[in-house]
Amino acid sequence: MNLRATPRENGGATIVDMSGRITLGEGSAMLREMVRDLLGKGQKKIILNLADVNYIDSSGIGELVSGFTTVKNQGGELKLLHLTNKVRDLLQITKLYTVFDVHSDEQAAIRSF
Amino acid sequence: MTAETKRIEVTLETLLDSVALAEEISLRIAEAAGFDEDERHKIGMSVREAVINAFQYGNAQRREKKIRAVFELTPAKLVVHIEDQGRGFRLEDVPDPLAEENLLKTSGRGIFLMRSFMDEFDVRRGREGGAEIVMAKHFRPQRQPNSQPQSTHEKEERP
Repeated sequence: MNLRATPRENGGATIVDMSGRITLGEGSAMLREMVRDLLGKGQKKIILNLADVNYIDSSGIGELVSGFTTVKNQGGELKLLHLTNKVRDLLQITKLYTVFDVHSDEQAAIRSF
Repeated sequence: MTAETKRIEVTLETLLDSVALAEEISLRIAEAAGFDEDERHKIGMSVREAVINAFQYGNAQRREKKIRAVFELTPAKLVVHIEDQGRGFRLEDVPDPLAEENLLKTSGRGIFLMRSFMDEFDVRRGREGGAEIVMAKHFRPQRQPNSQPQSTHEKEERP
């Protein structure tokens, strides 16, 4: 299943509702371009809603890390929302769960900026 | 290889599509063998990561090079070999992605994921000098393989 990403505004932040797989190729490239596009528009409070993302490979993890550092280097923050169990497990075993700011409630995620 | 071992060999081109194809083949074999959903996920992702490694690093995305994938189903485990035609590498030279200084690197987690998800993992020198990743998933003690891979899949080669 190809990755789909739909940005929307809520409380001054950009929530990106994502569904599909973040993997080597199209998925990773789409995530990279989307983060670049949002930063280009001056949107620096970004929340990736991963509720419908069940699969991320090492390339996708790398792209999440890249997005995290790119946004941070431009004075913004990239947070993660609604992780599925598989994605949570993946971030835990790679020790990235504590690197990312992870939320299970959208309003709480918005307030945390 | 014993008489009880079923073997499937697939030769893949060095293409991005080969990554998904190898993953799909491994998922079908794992399902036919009776692995549960969680085990299938780990097998599929490990095969995916091994083929990504061969595609990106081993064969350096050179289409004329091939990736050999072998699946061996024994009464005790599923063994997977993924071999490229690159220069090979040594496991001890692979940086630890969990080290503090590597946590925010954007690559270098594939080997770690395979080692985490499979019961056996090794990297050998392949027949042509490239890397051969060999990894296995064991059947849990209470389960035996409930079927074998279909022979029609044997020795497939992509056009």
